[in-house]
Amino acid sequence: MDGNEAAASVAYRLNEICCIYPITPSSPMAELADQWSSERRANVWGTVPTVVEMQSEGGAAGALHGSLQAGALATTFTASQGLLLMLPNMFKIAGELTPTVFHVAARSLAAQGLSIFGDHSDVMAARGTGFALLASDSVQEAHDLALVAQAATLRSRVPFIHFFDGFRTSHELNTIEPLSDDDLRALVPEELVHDHRARALSPDRPFIRGTAQNPDTYFQSRETVNPFYAAAPGIVQEAMDALAARVGRGYSLVSYHGHPEADRVLVLAGSGAVTARRTVERMVAGGERVGAVQVRLLRPFPARALLDALPATARRVAVLDRTKEPGSEAEPLFLDVVSALGEAHTDGERDLPLVTGGRYGLSSKEFTPAMVAGIFQELAAERPRRRFTVGILDDVGGTSIAVGSDFDIEPAGTVRAVFFGLGSDGTVGANKNTIKILGDAGLFAQGYFVYDSKKSGSQTVSHLRFGGEAIEAPYLVSGASFVGCHQFGLLGAVDVLGRAAPGATLLLDCPDEPDEVWDALPLTVQKQVLAKGIQIYAIDASRVAREAGLPGRTNTVLQTCFFALSGVLPRDDAIARIKDAIEHTYARRGADVVERNNAAVDSALAALHPVEVPGRLTSAEHDMRPPVPDSAPEFVRLVTGAMLAGRGDELPVSALPVDGTYPSGTAAYEKRNISDFVAVWDPDTCIQCGSCSFVCPHSVIRSRFYEPARLEGAPDGFRSAPLDARGLPDARFTLQVYVEDCTGCALCVEACPVQNPAVPGRKAINLEEREPIVAAERDRTAFFETLPVNDRSRVDYASVRGAQFLQPLFEFSGACAGCGETPYVKLLSQLFGERLMVANATGCSSIYGGNLPTTPWTSNAAGRGPAWSNSLFEDNAEFGLGFRLTADAHVGLARERLAALRAELNGDGLVDEVLEAPQVTDTELQTQRARVDELKQRLDGLPGPAAADLRSVVDHLVRRSVWIVGGDGWAYDIGSGGLDHVLASGLDVNVLVLDTEVYSNTGGQMSKATPLGAVAKFATAGKHVPKKDLALQAIAYGSVYVARVAMGADQHQTLRALREAEAYPGPSLVIAYSHCIAHGIDMQKGLDQQHRAVSSGYWPLMRYDPVVRDEGGNPFLLDSPRPRISLAEYTKSELRFRSLARTNPAEAERLAAAAQLAVDQRWQVYEEMATRGPERFQPDTRRTSA
Amino acid sequence: MNLATTYMGIELRNPLVASASPLSQTVDGIRRLEEAGVGAVVLYSLFEEELRREAELFSVLGTAGTESFAEALTYMPEEVDGADAARRYVSLIERAREAVDIPLIGSLNGVTPTGWTRYARAIEAAGASAIELNVYDVPGDPKITGADVEARHLDVVRRVLDTVEIPVAVKLSPYYSSLGAMATRLASAGVDGLVLFNRFLQPQIDPESLSVAARIDLSTPADQRLPMTWIAILRGRVGASLAASGGVETGADLACYLLAGADVVMSTSALLRHGRDHAGVLLSGLVEWMQAKELASLDDVRGLMSVEREPDPETRRRAGYVGMLEAAKQTFTGL
Repeated sequence: MDGNEAAASVAYRLNEICCIYPITPSSPMAELADQWSSERRANVWGTVPTVVEMQSEGGAAGALHGSLQAGALATTFTASQGLLLMLPNMFKIAGELTPTVFHVAARSLAAQGLSIFGDHSDVMAARGTGFALLASDSVQEAHDLALVAQAATLRSRVPFIHFFDGFRTSHELNTIEPLSDDDLRALVPEELVHDHRARALSPDRPFIRGTAQNPDTYFQSRETVNPFYAAAPGIVQEAMDALAARVGRGYSLVSYHGHPEADRVLVLAGSGAVTARRTVERMVAGGERVGAVQVRLLRPFPARALLDALPATARRVAVLDRTKEPGSEAEPLFLDVVSALGEAHTDGERDLPLVTGGRYGLSSKEFTPAMVAGIFQELAAERPRRRFTVGILDDVGGTSIAVGSDFDIEPAGTVRAVFFGLGSDGTVGANKNTIKILGDAGLFAQGYFVYDSKKSGSQTVSHLRFGGEAIEAPYLVSGASFVGCHQFGLLGAVDVLGRAAPGATLLLDCPDEPDEVWDALPLTVQKQVLAKGIQIYAIDASRVAREAGLPGRTNTVLQTCFFALSGVLPRDDAIARIKDAIEHTYARRGADVVERNNAAVDSALAALHPVEVPGRLTSAEHDMRPPVPDSAPEFVRLVTGAMLAGRGDELPVSALPVDGTYPSGTAAYEKRNISDFVAVWDPDTCIQCGSCSFVCPHSVIRSRFYEPARLEGAPDGFRSAPLDARGLPDARFTLQVYVEDCTGCALCVEACPVQNPAVPGRKAINLEEREPIVAAERDRTAFFETLPVNDRSRVDYASVRGAQFLQPLFEFSGACAGCGETPYVKLLSQLFGERLMVANATGCSSIYGGNLPTTPWTSNAAGRGPAWSNSLFEDNAEFGLGFRLTADAHVGLARERLAALRAELNGDGLVDEVLEAPQVTDTELQTQRARVDELKQRLDGLPGPAAADLRSVVDHLVRRSVWIVGGDGWAYDIGSGGLDHVLASGLDVNVLVLDTEVYSNTGGQMSKATPLGAVAKFATAGKHVPKKDLALQAIAYGSVYVARVAMGADQHQTLRALREAEAYPGPSLVIAYSHCIAHGIDMQKGLDQQHRAVSSGYWPLMRYDPVVRDEGGNPFLLDSPRPRISLAEYTKSELRFRSLARTNPAEAERLAAAAQLAVDQRWQVYEEMATRGPERFQPDTRRTSA
Repeated sequence: MNLATTYMGIELRNPLVASASPLSQTVDGIRRLEEAGVGAVVLYSLFEEELRREAELFSVLGTAGTESFAEALTYMPEEVDGADAARRYVSLIERAREAVDIPLIGSLNGVTPTGWTRYARAIEAAGASAIELNVYDVPGDPKITGADVEARHLDVVRRVLDTVEIPVAVKLSPYYSSLGAMATRLASAGVDGLVLFNRFLQPQIDPESLSVAARIDLSTPADQRLPMTWIAILRGRVGASLAASGGVETGADLACYLLAGADVVMSTSALLRHGRDHAGVLLSGLVEWMQAKELASLDDVRGLMSVEREPDPETRRRAGYVGMLEAAKQTFTGL
């Protein structure tokens, strides 16, 4: 069980209502609650809790507040910005003394950058709300204190945040003792529930709550709650004691661990406290007088308990905060401790120790025993730093303390193992299964999994511990006795053996023969093997799996090898348990599937070979690859490269930008080579239509045409064909695939309209094995890059054929292979990239667009390209509107200054031209660009404030293209109000909604874009309300250009809509069908699904152009023909629609019929609109002509 | 006119049975078949292979991208992969059982021995009046003998017969080396009904796209001959009910099958082609024909033209064959 499940299990059983909204890392709590509710699982009082997803955390808090006031027991699960959105309601809930528990997987707040990882920034930002703050340090504690919090809130009437560390605890698998329903009932008797209900709003005994108060009474009223807060700590301790009496696990508000007469003491909360107290144990055993104070209740701050816990002998105290408050004297826990000690001293109760304050562990930064030891060492210094950091190198502020690298406190009986794999190879799943097997076998087990930030080809590292005693080690494994490397290629990219202990066993999945393995190892790895005396075992797991009839399924094979080599269980017992797990997992897929898996287990051991280590290095010429080429810019080499190589933790403060500003275009340096199969162009079959390049989600298919003479010096095999275009009879054409960046998604193959007549099934672009061609293609790509990018003025990019020659300024993102969103994003960058400003809502597009280490937004040879930023999730439309407001203001300023400087600058009429030139078509924009360049030259050296002012804004004289980009979770739900307001503003912004119909980034939760009848997280029983028609809503304003597009159905319509939207001088909304892995589809068929969506009438292509209305035409253009297939023909290939038919066939039939009806009816509405006269549409009232 | 009859011991209001087709995929579809007048409905076939493919698909697509990215360790709700693949079919029977009064016959195409029995049991438990075994497979391995095929089919049928108590029909292939012998063996094994014949969907090559396309052609009256011949031959010679299937387009066609000796006549293509209400046209056509021929009941019609009624069936069969060849020679002379 992980921390999320541990907390949710108690929360669900002790509540009647869960108001939820997805946010990492708390989402699994909400998902579990929703799942249990849909399974009709009851709470401890026999009723099934209602789980309702809201449009935002703000909405969840509002619904929760209402539920509580109406007398229900209600809870929520959240983190980070989600908690911040709840703050207004939290002040209310607390002010009204309303019992509730918010369960928070504590996470960093977005500041200079967003982080999904764990620290206490969020809960500390809520410390003024009046909520109690109760911190759990582990999976078991998250389970136990969830109960304590619920018991205490009902008794004290003080609402609680119960939190635990995001990812470190929320996602750590550990062995726990579960609480029974009886345990829960014992601590939360029904009388408490009845008391809560008795305080609720009721027309049967009416009263008013939520008044507005005046200066005469507000202050006193605020003070009325003091007795409740004074009593709360005692009530929490009573609940802890009651729990201890029942289950034997005792907790304190503040607990002390260590030498009874310690002179140096740490104070901290959360999972770090586990590390601190285990380290202290070891140090005390070593004769040191040290101790650790763990604070569980942070609000109301239990000063008395703290003073009682902290030994009077303590002379040096370091208070550690897992948060950062820039500009504050220190972080909150420090201030609380100092305040408590200061008052105790003033009261003559005790002497004042020296107290220092440190920050640690921000954004899940590791906090290890070595760091704890380092802090104690710092405390022993003559003059310890009063403020410090630990775990980083702060070479700017000098705050960081030194930490030794080796300080191993783990019990000898604990087996430590790390496994390196790819997300797609099942390594994590197999390890989770291993933990289950070992847990069932009576061992204690811990698992923690580290993922990189890519959605395709991502690397995973699994950290596992097993042993005969409870595992309390909330930090990554080092000194592993077992290292599994499930992808041989990773040896050349990351430090696989860095975490290996001397004498460790390395299991390699390797295609080479056992006697060839050694020579295949990179030099650095060979050195590590020799230095650490590592034993190597190799298996060609792919071959074993293939021969067992399970191609690609290497996880079972490697899991078997792990058990065989590690000896954590007797071999036969282990194999029997693996086979039991196989039976459990695969039985419903047929006995033969079970048999094949069992065969893979049996043949694994026979295929496992020890590798003879010759005792000398043989790979002198062959070492680990540099993460980026030596030719990369310095920042990319030193900073980006370190992050890519997994050495980002070593980067000092000085290496990093002070304000979160990073260079564009770094993804191009990261040649990931993630797919074994890549696209290859067949020039003889190709008709040069541009379809493949248009749909490529990763911008790896590029086209250029050029003079034949340019082919001089081309490497062997460089593909070239006569250009198929009028007016350029001799020109050559090349379509180059950047194979090192290709993800093998095959959308290009699907989009290719031609067949090779000689070879059935072959097209003009096909997938082929990467390995045999990668070296040659690398050279060809390099040569291709020497060909000039085609001049925009020489291509007709009103057509898909022409658009392929536009340079993408969004390339090689880490989006899912075959992503349905990125082709639109790429097209934006091709069409408007030089003038583009992107406001990007948080979500998939902000992650593949802006998650370090590398970013795909890039610039062209002139140094121009998209300016991109992400503010938050909820505010993106407003954020983008701000771009427009500034652009308009600065255009105005520039025009004013330019007019004022007319005499100096006009010359041959340049100023008049700049001021009057139209800027709609690309030609006009190019001409204006040239004029502004000329203007800048004339400005150069021109003295005076007006000239200086003009220089600062002169670039605005080329019209900027402001795009507000985000997914449906933003546009339909959390940002809906802002989007609506921005569309109603009449200002010239363009909105691109990448509509995947779920919250894709957080794992597929329902949004208001989710279609009727589809299953999604939070809609496990099928969405029972139709998708919101955002297009019709926007059309109602009359001043908004609206388009619904699906490039898989009509590439040309997509292209046209984006260009019209950009050219339209007002708000534009383009809603783009984006197939998604969360639809449960074969991603290779994503475009086919788009086609079916349109053909069935589910996704009618349309454009609404207010300009057409002004010109007397019908502004509503229906771009797709009448439905030609049934809705079922579209939905049948998607799991999201099919799965309900398995779980609830009757409901599936009902919803499918309703969905078909909804499609039919909407089509009728659209058809009617397409045939109306223009006078029946709302005019664009912004213009006087309307 | 009273058209009531029995099929495998089950009472039917008339001998027209809607055979397995997309028309019976929903409760509403089944209800409309009942309203159209059919005597019974054979539900669309539950294909074990399809269920397994679906389970595989759900497993692959439902787990795609999982455990790769910290914010989205899964993309589908938990239940998706856990649901029972046969649930939809079982639920259809259960709900249709509540919604209609006519007998419902489950149709099953298994692959593995356990699949046949497991799903047969599920169909029975769901409330089907009978099960029709769709023993459709193409023994593409040239090493498999006819005896092997027959033994395998008999084995499947015996297993199902041992498993369920409701009547069991077998939808036959016309391609057994000796169909009569196979029919006899099946009937001896205890099969309650024989359906003649299964239609095999054969792939078609598309010369344009150079691909193999699965095409479904609806049957036409020309497809009646083979089943009619065998119904006429088997009538009275095997102890199982006989159902005719293929090419019924008019009431007269229905009559022909009954004359040959069919207990019930199945229709899919005509109902797909003309709509469910065509069932009424078929039945009224049958009644009109019977009235015109002054035949008072189905018993007067059934088997009237079967071989068993022929004093010298061998003579008729040879004569018919020779006569047909003669007619063909004349028809095609001069082409």
